[in-house]
Amino acid sequence: MTAIAAPSVPAMPRLALGRTGTATLLLLPIAIINAIGFILPVLNLARMSFNEALAGGGVREAFTLANWTGLFGDTFYVELIVNSITVSLGITLATLVVSYPIALYLHRSSGRWRTFLTVLVISPLLTSAVVRTYGWIALLADQGPIVSTIAAMGFSPPRLMFNTTGVIIGLTEILMPYMILSLLAGFGRLDPRVEEAAMTLGAPPARTFWRVILPLTLPGIALGCLLCFVLAVSSFITPKLLGGGRVFLLATEIYDQAIVTLNWPLAATLSMLVLIIFGAALAAYARVLRAID
Amino acid sequence: MEANETSVPMKIVVAVLFLFLLAPVILVVPISFSGEQILSFPPESWSLRWYAALADNPKMISAFWTSLMLGAIVTLISLAVAIPAAYVIVRMRTMGSTFLYNLFTAPLLLPTIVLGLAILIVFASIGFLGTFTGLVIGHLVITLPYALRVLATTLGNLNLSCEEAASTLGGRPLTVFRRVTLPMMAPGIVAATALCFLVSFDEVVITLFLTGPRLTTLPVELFHHVESRADPLVASVSVLLILLTLAVVMIVDRTVGLSKTFVK
Repeated sequence: MTAIAAPSVPAMPRLALGRTGTATLLLLPIAIINAIGFILPVLNLARMSFNEALAGGGVREAFTLANWTGLFGDTFYVELIVNSITVSLGITLATLVVSYPIALYLHRSSGRWRTFLTVLVISPLLTSAVVRTYGWIALLADQGPIVSTIAAMGFSPPRLMFNTTGVIIGLTEILMPYMILSLLAGFGRLDPRVEEAAMTLGAPPARTFWRVILPLTLPGIALGCLLCFVLAVSSFITPKLLGGGRVFLLATEIYDQAIVTLNWPLAATLSMLVLIIFGAALAAYARVLRAID
Repeated sequence: MEANETSVPMKIVVAVLFLFLLAPVILVVPISFSGEQILSFPPESWSLRWYAALADNPKMISAFWTSLMLGAIVTLISLAVAIPAAYVIVRMRTMGSTFLYNLFTAPLLLPTIVLGLAILIVFASIGFLGTFTGLVIGHLVITLPYALRVLATTLGNLNLSCEEAASTLGGRPLTVFRRVTLPMMAPGIVAATALCFLVSFDEVVITLFLTGPRLTTLPVELFHHVESRADPLVASVSVLLILLTLAVVMIVDRTVGLSKTFVK
C-alpha cells in the first residue's frame, strides 16, 4: 500500500504524555482487539494442532505429531486434501474462463456504461454468499429450470446439486467478481494501439489474442488465479449448502470437526494445512510473476 | 476493422456471462413472490404469503434485530478505534507504522473458517461463546482492518496545507484534528461506516462459530434455514436484505462515489 506513505508532519499533539505516549494511547484499543481476537487465537490454534484429542471432545495438553501423521496416514483425509486442491484448481480455471471476456469488455468500455457495468460486477459481492448459494439451489434443483430444460431437449437429466458439480458451478459464479476486478487491475499494460498494430500488420483476431493480448494480461491473470484459488480452498458456505453434506472439502471438514465431532486438535491441524496451502499458492504466484517479467 | 471494437459474437458471450453472474441474485426476487409450499422456479402461482410468513417468524425477526444492533455497535466501535489508529499510523509515523498497519490489517489475510475456529477455541475458554460481547469482538476483528485501510488511505491522500495553516495560526493539535482533519476525512468516514456495517451485517462464517442457541444473527439463521429445508422464505428475506444493501450503497454513492470506495 502506498497510501500510508505520508510526508512528515509539523503539528503533533503536545499533551503531557509526549509524542510516543500519545501514539501508544491512541493505538492501544486496536492493539488490544487485535491481540484478543487475532494474535492470541491464531497462536493458540497453531499450538492446538499438537495437542492430543480425547474421545468425547476433550483435549489433553501435549506435544505430539499424532494429528499430522494421522492426517497423512488416513486415506479419507489424503483424498479430501487432494480433492480440495483439484476442485479449487478447477474452479479457478472455470472462473478465469468466464471472467476474462467480461473483464476485457469492461476494459474497453468507457463512460457511464463502464460505471454501470462495474456496479453490476461489484453488486454480487455485496450480496450474502448464503443468498447467492440459495439462488443456485433454486436454479440447479432436480425440478429446476436448468435440469428440466436439459431433460426437455431429450437428454437424461443430470444431477447438478448436492455433488461436486454443483459446488463448482456455484463457487465459480461467487468468485467471478474477484477474478474480474483482479484482471481489470492487471489490464493496465493492455494498450488498444498495440492490438491495432498487430491487426494492421495482418494478424488474424485469434493470433492477436494469443500472441499479443494474452501475454500482456498475464500479471492480472496470475493475481486473479491466486485470489480465487485461495478463496476456493477456504470457502465454506457454498460447499456446505450446495454440497448437501455429500461433498467433503477442507473447509467443511474443519467446521464438522470443530462443531459436530468436537475434535479441536484435528480441526486445528486441518486449518494449519489450509494456511500451508495458502503459503504454497503465494510462493507459486511469486514464481509466476518473476517468470513473466 | 478497429481492434478495440467488440464484435457481435463477443458481445453475446459477454451478455451470457453477465447473466450467469447475476442469475442467482436476480432469481430470488420472483421466488419471493411464489405461492408454492416449496422452493421451485418458476413458481406455478404467485402470492405474498412468504412475506406474511416472514412477519410471523419470530426467530428471523429477532435474528434481524440482533444483526442490526450488532452491525451498528460494531461500526461505531470500529470508527472510534480505527480513526485514532489511522491518525497515528499515517501522521505520526513513529514505531514502525508500516509494521503496525500490516499487523492490524492481517486478519483479512486469514480465511474466515480458520479465524472463526481460532476465535471459537479461545472464546470457549473465557466464556464469550454465545454472548453479544463475543460477537462484537469477533466482528471487530474483521471490520477494523477494512476501516483502518479506508481511513488510512483517506488520510494519506489529504493535503497537509490546511492542517499546517491551522496549527501555524495557533490551533492546538486536538482542535486542528477536530475542526480541520476530521471534517476533511468525512468521505472516508462515510465509506468506512458503510463498509463496516455491511461486513458485520453479512458476516456468516466467523459468526457461525460464535453464536449460541439463544443468540443468533440473520445470516446464520438463514444459513441454518437453507441447510435444513428448501422453501421460499429465504427468498423474501433475501429481497429485503438486497434492498437494505442497495440503500446503503446508494447513500455511499451520493456522498462519496461508489467506485472510489469499493474498487480499491
